Order: sequence, then C-alpha cells, then structure tokens
Amino acid sequence: MAAQPDMLVDPNLAQRVLARALRRGGDFAEVFAEDRRATSAVLDDGRVEELASGRDRGAGIRVVVGETTGFAHTADLSEAGLLAAAEAAASVARDGESRTVVFGDPKGVAVSGALRPGDAVPKADKIALLGRADDAARSAGSAVAQVSASYGDSRRRFLVANSDGVLAMDDQVRSRLAVSVVAVGDTGRQTGFESVAATSGFELFDRTDVAELAVAAARRALGKLVARPAPSGAVPVVLASGSGGILFHEACGHGLEADHVAKATSVYAGRVGELVASPLVTLVDDGTVGGEWGAFAVDDEGHPAGRTVLIERGVLVDYMWDGVRARKEGRSSSGNGRRQSYRHLPMVRMTNTFLLDGTADPDEIVSQTPHGVYVAKLGGGQVNTATGDFVFGTTEAYLIEDGHLTEPLRDANLIGNGPEVLSRIDAVAGDFAMTPGTCGKDGQSVPVGCGQPTLRISSVTIGGTAGA
Amino acid sequence: MPEPSVDLARLARSVAEQAGRGEEIEVYASRSVETDVRAYGGEIEVLSQAASAGIGVRVVVGGRQGFASAGSLDAAVVAETVREARDNAVFATPDDHVGLASPDGVAPAGLELWDDSVPSTPPERKAELALELERRTRSADPRIRQVSSADYGDLAVEAAVATSTGVLAGSRRTVCSLAVSALAGDGGHTGVGISAGRRLEDLDLERAVADAVLRSTRLIGASKGRSGRCTVVFDPRVTATLLAVVASALSGESVTKNRSMFAGRVGEDVAAPSVALVDDPTDPRAFSSAAFDGEGLACRRNALISGGVLQGFVFDTVAARRAGTVSTGSAVRGGYASTPVAGCRAVQLAPGHQSAEEILAAVGEGLFVQSVTGVHSGVSAVSGDFSVGAEGLWIRGGSLGAPVREVTVASTLQRMLHAISHIGADVEWLPGLAAGQTIAIADMAVGGE
Repeated sequence: MAAQPDMLVDPNLAQRVLARALRRGGDFAEVFAEDRRATSAVLDDGRVEELASGRDRGAGIRVVVGETTGFAHTADLSEAGLLAAAEAAASVARDGESRTVVFGDPKGVAVSGALRPGDAVPKADKIALLGRADDAARSAGSAVAQVSASYGDSRRRFLVANSDGVLAMDDQVRSRLAVSVVAVGDTGRQTGFESVAATSGFELFDRTDVAELAVAAARRALGKLVARPAPSGAVPVVLASGSGGILFHEACGHGLEADHVAKATSVYAGRVGELVASPLVTLVDDGTVGGEWGAFAVDDEGHPAGRTVLIERGVLVDYMWDGVRARKEGRSSSGNGRRQSYRHLPMVRMTNTFLLDGTADPDEIVSQTPHGVYVAKLGGGQVNTATGDFVFGTTEAYLIEDGHLTEPLRDANLIGNGPEVLSRIDAVAGDFAMTPGTCGKDGQSVPVGCGQPTLRISSVTIGGTAGA
Repeated sequence: MPEPSVDLARLARSVAEQAGRGEEIEVYASRSVETDVRAYGGEIEVLSQAASAGIGVRVVVGGRQGFASAGSLDAAVVAETVREARDNAVFATPDDHVGLASPDGVAPAGLELWDDSVPSTPPERKAELALELERRTRSADPRIRQVSSADYGDLAVEAAVATSTGVLAGSRRTVCSLAVSALAGDGGHTGVGISAGRRLEDLDLERAVADAVLRSTRLIGASKGRSGRCTVVFDPRVTATLLAVVASALSGESVTKNRSMFAGRVGEDVAAPSVALVDDPTDPRAFSSAAFDGEGLACRRNALISGGVLQGFVFDTVAARRAGTVSTGSAVRGGYASTPVAGCRAVQLAPGHQSAEEILAAVGEGLFVQSVTGVHSGVSAVSGDFSVGAEGLWIRGGSLGAPVREVTVASTLQRMLHAISHIGADVEWLPGLAAGQTIAIADMAVGGE
C-alpha cells in the first residue's frame, strides 16, 4: 500500500485559506487544488514526430456572495500564494461577517483504480502503439496517402475543500489513442478518423485491438473516395449503434443543464413532467459508469458522481445540477459540477449521457426504411440551447434504398431542432454502445461519453448538395 | 502573481544556452494576467482575475525532437522540464528536416500592441462596463426578452523565445473585448454583439449593443426554408470564419503532409479572378498582428492568392525544410504548452468597392447568412466538402426579406472560391485569424424542408 498520498494542500491550510476568502463575508467559498501530468505522442507522415510531457499545478479559489462569484487562481500552492488568491476572489464581498470552516470526513478516493497510470508506463510502450496503428492503416489500401496517430495519457489529482465542510479528493487517470487517415483518389482527398478513450490506465490497450481501430479509420477515408454527394433536404435517418450519442448530447443534453434552465436559455425550462420526446426515449446521465471517458469518483466541486434519469419514456424528469445552482434551488448537486482545470470555474456539465435500449431489431429498422440515410459515424456537433437548433456532421454515411444500404455518401451536416427530433424517434433497437468525445462549453473542454442503440428519426434535414 | 520580476527573455536565453554538443534547445516563456467579468440580471455574476506563467522547451538532437512544458517559471520546475524534453527526444524517429529556427535577417515590424490601461484599470471599472453592456442591451428594444450573457474580458501577455541557434525575441500585447448575447421574441432568436480592441478606449459599447439587438430581432418569426439552389451572401463575420478554414488549408504543414486541398496547386486558378488573399500579421489593424512568430522570426506579409491564382503557402522552419524552402515567419503556437506549427495569423481578402446594400441589390434573389453552425464538423480543409447550418434572411427584390432558420448551406470550398461573385468594401477586423467583409457566392445548395 502506498504511503499517505500527497494531498496537494494540507487541510489545515485549506481552512485558513477559506477563512481568508470569507473574511469580508460571503455565502460560500471553495479552494480547488490540482496537479496534472500528461504525456502525448504523435506519429505523422511515417515518423514519430514528438513525445511531449506537460505538468500543471495550481489552485482556483472562489467566493460566492448572493448572485455574484469572485474567482482567482494561482500556480503558487504556498500559504502566501493561496492567501493572495483568496484575497482576490474575496474582492466581490463587502461588509459581511467573517466565519470559520470545519470539514467533515473526506469524500472521494485519493487512489486511482487505474492499474497502469501513464506515468508508470515506459515511453517506448506508448510509442509502440503508434507504430502498430500506422502499419495497419497503411496496409488497408493503396489509396491511403497519410496517417496520423496520436496517443495521450493524463493523471489529474485534485483536492477540493469548501465552506460547507466538504473535503474531497480524486485521482483521475485517462488514456486515449486516435488515428486519422487521408486517402487520395481521382475524386480528391477524403478523411477517416477513429479513436478509443477511457478513464483507465494503459491497460485500456490490453483490451483494444489497435490495428482494427486503425483499419476502421482507413476504411472510412477509402469508402468516401467513391461516395456520392449527400442529399439536400429532409429524410428519414437511421443512426447506427454508438455512432451518434452526440445527437442526444447536443440536441437535448445541453438544454437540460441547470444553468441554461435557470437563465431561461433552454427550450426545456419549466417543462419537468411534460412529454418532451417520443415514449421510446429514456435518457440518462451517469458519471459512475466505470471506465467510461466521462466517469470519475467525485466531481470538481467535491460531490460524488451520480446517475440522473433526465427523460423517462419521453417525459422530462430532471435537469443536471452543479453546487451553485442546486444551492439556489435548495436541493443537492447531481454531481455535474465540472471544470477543465484549476484555472476555470466549475459549471454544469454532462458526464456520460446515453439513450437506453429499446426492443427493435437493428437490421429490421433498416429493412423497414424504404428511403433514407444510414449514419454509421457522426463527427462533432453544436447546439443553440435557447432555440434547440443543432447541427452535427456525418463522417460515415450510406444511402438507404428499398430497405438496403447502397451507396456511401460524402460528409454533410445534419440540422434539426432538439425537441422536434426527439419526438420523431420512431424505432429504438437493443444494441447499445458508447463513444468518447470532448465537450466544449464557454471555452472549457471536458471529456464526456455519449451512447445510444441503433435508432431511426422519421425526418431530419441533411445538408448535402444532391436532390433529396 | 507568479514571479512578476523574472525577465522572460533573460530566462529563456539562459536555459537555451544550456544546450550541449550536437544539441539545440528552444525555450518559450510567457506570462499573462487576465480579467473576465460577466453581468447577468443587473448584477455581476462572475468576476475572475488570474495570473499565469509557463515554459515550453524543445530539444532537438540528431534529428529527433522532444518537448516538455510546465505551468510555472520556478527554477526547479524549469530544470525538470528541460530534463524531460531531453528524455522525450530519445523516442522520436530521426528526421533531417527537424530543427529550430535560425536568425534570417528579416527585421520585425514596429508594432505597438500593448496598452497599460488593460492590466492597470481596476476590476471595478471593468465590471461597470459589463453591467452597462447588459443594461443597455436589455433596454434597447422591447423585443429583447433576455440577455443571456454580457461579458467583459481582457488579457495582457508577455512572451519570449530564445534558441541555442541565436534567436532571441520578446513581445507583449494586450487585448480587451465586450460580448453580449441577446435573445429576442418567443423563439429565443439569438444575436451576439462584439467589440474588441487593444485599449479600453477602443471598445465601442454602443456598437456591440446595436449588433446584438439587430441580429436577434431581425430573426423574429424565422421559419425553416425550402430546399433549392441560390446565391448566398455571407455576413462579414461568416466570411471571416470561411477564410479561416481556407487559411488552414494554406498551412505548409497541411500541404507537405498531403492534408490540404491546395497541395500541388501553386500557379493554378483556385478562385475567381477578383480574389486576392494575403496573410499579413504586420498590419496593425489585425487583432492577431504580431512582430514575431512562434519560433522568434519576424512576421511578414505573405501573398496566398492573387488574381485567383494560388501563390504559395505559409511555413515554419520544419515544414519549410520538408518543402525545400525557407520559413515565411509563420510559426504559430497555442501557448507555452504546445509546439509551434505553420499557420496563418492575420488573413485578409482584398476589399472590393461595393457596400453590403449594393451587393444585396446586385444579387436580387438569394439567401443572406448571418451566422453558421457546425463549421468544425461540416467543413473540411482536406476534402473541401462544405456543409453548415445557417440562419439569416431571404434576399428578395435586392434587399433583405423574411427571416429563415434551420437550413443547411452546402457546396465545396473549391467551387465556392471560384463562385465568389461580389466582394464588399465593408471589411470588419475581428478577433480571430481572419478579417471579413460581405461576399456573395453563386449557386449553393440550400437544404430545408
């Protein structure tokens, strides 16, 4: 068993810092200290171009007074550095009563469940993964013109202490491998991408077929060389299992974040208890799913990760909450307070968000679609939570004609409105799968998981250049 | 404030001088202070003050490059970062093209990019700006239902690059901005207004308010469009977004690695004859202007497209060596934690002579696009495939008509560059790597119901 883990900031010092932060009053104060180490390696153009290491350590301090939050961060974890940041964060407070803080029992784990965190893995082993990916992708077809493979691992330890008496720690280990391929043919260039990512140590690659992943990226690029332009207009769309959890993340997940709801910048504000989706839809956000990319023990405000049913059989059940929004509503956080680093304020964020299985057969969903588009893989997306309007891009798609997949299609964006699309889901299969992603909100990126079984949306607008 | 007294250039040079025999070292050190204020509901929602500093070290030995970075200028941390970069270099594949920049004799432009008012103005005054921005937007028009955010933000950053090959460059700059997001009508139509500058007095609060109000209110009642093909007129901000994607395909890094639709096309017609595109970081009007690039060489004006003909690409040292040429002073880096890469910094499309109104009148019938979504998922600088979500107004009888939302606009970048039929005189200098003006592009596919 390891010795007493480094707590980053001694709890007694954290108490003094919080007392300083509340010196001029305030409803809430928090200190978040973080130590992050990361390694990345890139193979491009047949060569290992670079191995890079990054180290970041510091603390963010916030003070909440009524509706106002003061925030400051520092890379200096000494008592002087932390107290100076506490003073800056406290500048929003005026003439209040000072008070002291007593912590409860520590929450969260200080020891990661990862078997082989990146900092304990020889660099040569990480590099070897990239060579395997490059070889496999290049052997997938003579039209493969370029391969880039990137490896990344990170270990993020933090301590969070607040004036409610919360004292919590987490040790988050993540690993990722991504392959992107360019294929060149008479029709021009096309790209393919595939990745694996998990809250896990290097053992992730014991259970990942790296060559298969690289070939999947290459096939995606090669297939599009012979693809025809996607149609333009409204068509039925079948999303393959695990291909398009991003749709639920964008189309409704962001609108169910309590900060958007509170500001009435969500189309779902004030609609708990209402039917907001097809009865086939049950949507869950769950930070506790072991190993998934968006999983953790405690969130970045010290609350345990949770499982929140957002929509149950089409009915809106609840939103996702961070500590600040929950406090205002007199309820508890759902464990959705997340931040990119100690330099950022936490806000309501998704963890792993997914649609639960239905009962249909995935092959029958296709065979019962006379005409439409089958999306085997989606890329990124974007939503305006105030209108619910979203877009997301296809990176592998096929035409469905007479119930069969026929020609591959070039990349295009799908556009729709969240509530409308959710109500148009008319078939859900039982073949659930997850995909890792990176979610951006207000300039902050955090790892998230998305997932869904094969399903059909009766009508979505696709932005190709051919007639629908 | 971490180590406010450290002279960044001296620190960078002293570390770079530790290079051993057969070894090259580059050190990038930076330090910044920033303030961000968000107003909401008549109160300050967030006041954030932050100071950051960090170092990034590249070591090249025997054609192998290693990199390490740390968010600290502490001597012990710097020493560990150098060790780690050296250790990382062992694992790279040897490549004769890999190496650091050397002084190339090009003199840096004399640019004044710093104003003391940004770091020295008290946060209370900045908070007042955010509050006033919110208050004025809310009261500007009865159709504004909500101001979802009103932000003031600034950044003052100092940086230095030094190499064991003789490069030494230091720079500093300030930026500040106002941004407000207004929601109009029952549909939650969103309009964002922005104003940015290098000095607080550059900020035009009235303009940001007017922009947000116009952009949100004119979408009230927007409906989905019908599918078809038509001429599309892009708002200056959308043009800037489009040019940024085109610019990414003009990076020597993308080109030498077969990841650009422009690879192998220098000297060919790639755009309409009226198109002239330059990357000129020495133009002080650009918010991203700079005297030095990410490797410490002087930034310079690079012609990209002239008379519709592709002139060339932008290069950093490594991409230039791969292509058998020399750096164009175009290394960009995201900060101390990332390595430099070839890229454009301040792209401008040469303005035409028409106003936006004259272009609408000339187009007659079509779609005016105010904002686009899904650029990162639907536009590829590799294939040129272009598909975005759009909102805006129909152009009817030569002027703006009914509002439209939830349509797609699609083509390929290659076809779009050739189909540019009008270029406006109304250049807007915007935060980001490209300026923009009103442009019209013929024959795009609009997808709706």
